Amino acid sequence: MLVAALAAAPVAAIAVLALSPSDGIWHHLATTVLPGYVVTSLTLMVGVGLGTAFGGVATAWLVTMYRFPGRRVFEWALLLPLAVPAYVNAYVFTDFLEYAGPLQTALRDVFGWTNRQDYWFPEIRSAGGAIAMMTLVLYPYVYLLARAAFLSQPACVLEVSRTLGKGPWASFFRVALPLARPAIAVGVSLVLMEVLNDFGTVDFFAVNTFTAGIYDVWMNMNSTAGAAQLALVLLLFVVALVLIERHSRRDQRFHQTTTRYKALPTQPLGPAAGALAMVFCALPIALGFVFPAAVLGRYALQHYQVTLEGDFLLHAWHSLALAGTSALVAVAVGLFLAYGARLGGAATRAGVRVASLGYAVPGAVLAVGVIVPMAALDNSVDGFMRATFGIPTGLLLSGTVVAVGYGYLVRFLALSYGAGESGLARVTPAMDGAARTLGATPLGVLRRVHLPMLRGSLLTGGILVFVDCMKELPMTVILRPFNFETLATFVHQYASDELLEECALGALAIVAVGVLPVVFLSRSLRGLRPGGEEAS
Amino acid sequence: MTTFHPIASAGPANAALRGTLGSPGAVARRARRARRGLARRGLAWRGLARLLPAAVLAATALAPLLAPAPARAAEEVNLYSYRQPFLIQPLLDAFTAETGIKVNIVYAQKGMLEKLKAEGMNSPADAVLTVDIGRLTDLVDADLVQPVQSKVLEANIPAHYRHPDGKWFGLSARARIFWASRDRVKPGEVASYDDLAKPAMKGRLCLRSGKHAYNVSLIAARIAHNGIDATRDWLVKVRDNLARKPQGNDRAQAKAIYEGVCDLGVANTYYTGKMATNEKKTEQQDWAKAVRVVFPDQDGVGTHVNVSGAAVTRAAKHRDNAVRLLEFLSGDAAQKLYAERNFEYPVKSGVALHPLVASWGAFKADTISLAEVAKHRAAASRLVDEVKFNDGPGS
Repeated sequence: MLVAALAAAPVAAIAVLALSPSDGIWHHLATTVLPGYVVTSLTLMVGVGLGTAFGGVATAWLVTMYRFPGRRVFEWALLLPLAVPAYVNAYVFTDFLEYAGPLQTALRDVFGWTNRQDYWFPEIRSAGGAIAMMTLVLYPYVYLLARAAFLSQPACVLEVSRTLGKGPWASFFRVALPLARPAIAVGVSLVLMEVLNDFGTVDFFAVNTFTAGIYDVWMNMNSTAGAAQLALVLLLFVVALVLIERHSRRDQRFHQTTTRYKALPTQPLGPAAGALAMVFCALPIALGFVFPAAVLGRYALQHYQVTLEGDFLLHAWHSLALAGTSALVAVAVGLFLAYGARLGGAATRAGVRVASLGYAVPGAVLAVGVIVPMAALDNSVDGFMRATFGIPTGLLLSGTVVAVGYGYLVRFLALSYGAGESGLARVTPAMDGAARTLGATPLGVLRRVHLPMLRGSLLTGGILVFVDCMKELPMTVILRPFNFETLATFVHQYASDELLEECALGALAIVAVGVLPVVFLSRSLRGLRPGGEEAS
Repeated sequence: MTTFHPIASAGPANAALRGTLGSPGAVARRARRARRGLARRGLAWRGLARLLPAAVLAATALAPLLAPAPARAAEEVNLYSYRQPFLIQPLLDAFTAETGIKVNIVYAQKGMLEKLKAEGMNSPADAVLTVDIGRLTDLVDADLVQPVQSKVLEANIPAHYRHPDGKWFGLSARARIFWASRDRVKPGEVASYDDLAKPAMKGRLCLRSGKHAYNVSLIAARIAHNGIDATRDWLVKVRDNLARKPQGNDRAQAKAIYEGVCDLGVANTYYTGKMATNEKKTEQQDWAKAVRVVFPDQDGVGTHVNVSGAAVTRAAKHRDNAVRLLEFLSGDAAQKLYAERNFEYPVKSGVALHPLVASWGAFKADTISLAEVAKHRAAASRLVDEVKFNDGPGS
């Protein structure tokens, strides 16, 4: 419970900040731009939510249930876009698709158009563009969780469905989809939280979302309280969303009653359907990973000297060490809290709920939420030490990597906790009972039953946190110590000036480092299914 | 692993940390023993055991960073900067070369104010470096900076570029000018900020976000001169003259003019120089060639000018070094770097401009006090919302 409280502190700090008066900013906002912010944010959420749900579930179902050329590659390659930060994708696509970009220039050459009044071309810097960019890099969340869910379902329920005369489509919609729905819901809600906390993409595309509004109130109107209030409203909205989803499946609870995991029967697809499936799976990988990586690679080749002048390797080391440590800690804390919540303890559950909300808070706002309690703690320790021993301790934690790590933990706990929780959900109470009946100690149950079953989920959670920490920007910028750069902050100082070429190598390194664990993850997922897979 | 302990002997935190972790050798031995023991116990443990050495390695590597950032050494100064390192690093390097004082820097654009507030008197920061008058006055309003009396600073920096009590000092100036298409805007066709609103500019204007600090300050200056109602009318007309929704940075407006999207943009002076001399991205030279620099309001109050500046924090532990840094930045050598490398206008008189900047000619700058402009920033920001400036024309 203490751990939960610790993790929830920053979110609580934002609530406290929101209590101070904000000089009628609400009236001003409500009568001017707030409705626009809300509509834009909702549009983005609906667009990206539908896009990722459709893309993620469809690709997961295809690679899990069917055989077609390249399926083995797609299994892991579909995760690759996860490694690309949305704002980087946005920069790359804008360079390509805008008026002066290669595509439009080529079109003008071919058709003899001379200016932009001569023809119509979709504007990439728009809400539609933002939806496309975010969908391309966020769908792997849904894919990952949906695939894990499809993999863990017993083949027999599908067989029963088919025996009862349902076609493949009906089996999917009536049996597989409802079974996987909790996992898909978690995936989509992660995506939606990412959409809400995104600032880089919407700022670059000049799409005025609620989050852009929070920053505006904060930076331009100099109202921390107003910004905190807006952030709090955003949180309440997320809470409502999650509750609605839970409520709508309140009566559905599935416990697997079979332990007979035989290999999932994969079906071969005909040539036409196979080709179609291939294209369908290849498209998001091409647009969400291959294209941005190729463009970055080209820039990096041209500009690598600029990058290497700096302490590039040191930045990379900082990124790796921080992300690695944070991922381990986040998984441990997430699992710990998931157990706490499982073993009862309403307070723990509430604390965890609050803490996982950190994921939906815009990073810079959450960073302030981290600074306030941490500096208060430091200052009171300092005051105490001065008063008692006459030793000033100064700020022990603020402005150190501990602050950054703590920030990561708070921000990404939702990922590791979610993974721990969904993993534990598959451990039915009956299993605990059976193990205890067979004479296992509680610790023995943990080790011999729980951990093997949780392994996949924990790895998933850890790797998601790791990749997200590598990409994390706003919190790192604010919380880091002096003279401390990670790859992300290094990329940002140039990217914020739209100097993408100078930092391409850094961006590419983030992507590359993100790719390795993704591949590893997918291999471990394949081994998740106790019955193994049919050789194909 | 010892290579990761360059300052390990300095901080008490490190000693404590090494105490808990034991010597690196012992840690490794323990990890090996642990691994051997775990190897027998099933799959899951093996996975964790594999991660253990990595965790230990990471913890060891991070250990030196756990030391509170400001070590007790005297000859250093800690800087919170809103300006990107690649812009100001040459200046700081020159300072260190001259004085031997090491500059530690954290760069961030958001949250600095809250960070300083939360850290209170224990804040490690000695000085803050920032752009835009708004941020400087925010620091003063939050009572986070201290007055500095310095003969050097007062001699180098004209009075209207510094706080009356020395709570902030302007270090370089930039004018908010027009970029007019060389092909499509006749000389003399636009001469004042009012001209941005005239009907002849319909569909020919490009601007970055009305919420960007540079534009907010420009609008605030208009409010200070003309009052809020006149400024609102002006802003509505400017909005309706836009060729597209406000977007991109200042350079993007020159690019749009080059592409024929629009004919007139508003930008800070130094971007012209940066584009015109960009050897790495020569396409930017084309953008710069497409536009002509026009100083608005030469027959009126003068062109709006803003500053980059610095302040010494109230909590400064290295106050003298911080003042020395500010004095250095206002001195001839640094002012020359501002002018040459960043195409800004030096605040110190007698420092030569970059030849390119000089080629645009002398101009009349708005002499209204920047502190006065800053008072209207919140109103300016609200005005941008009110007229839905960022939604583009006809909204």
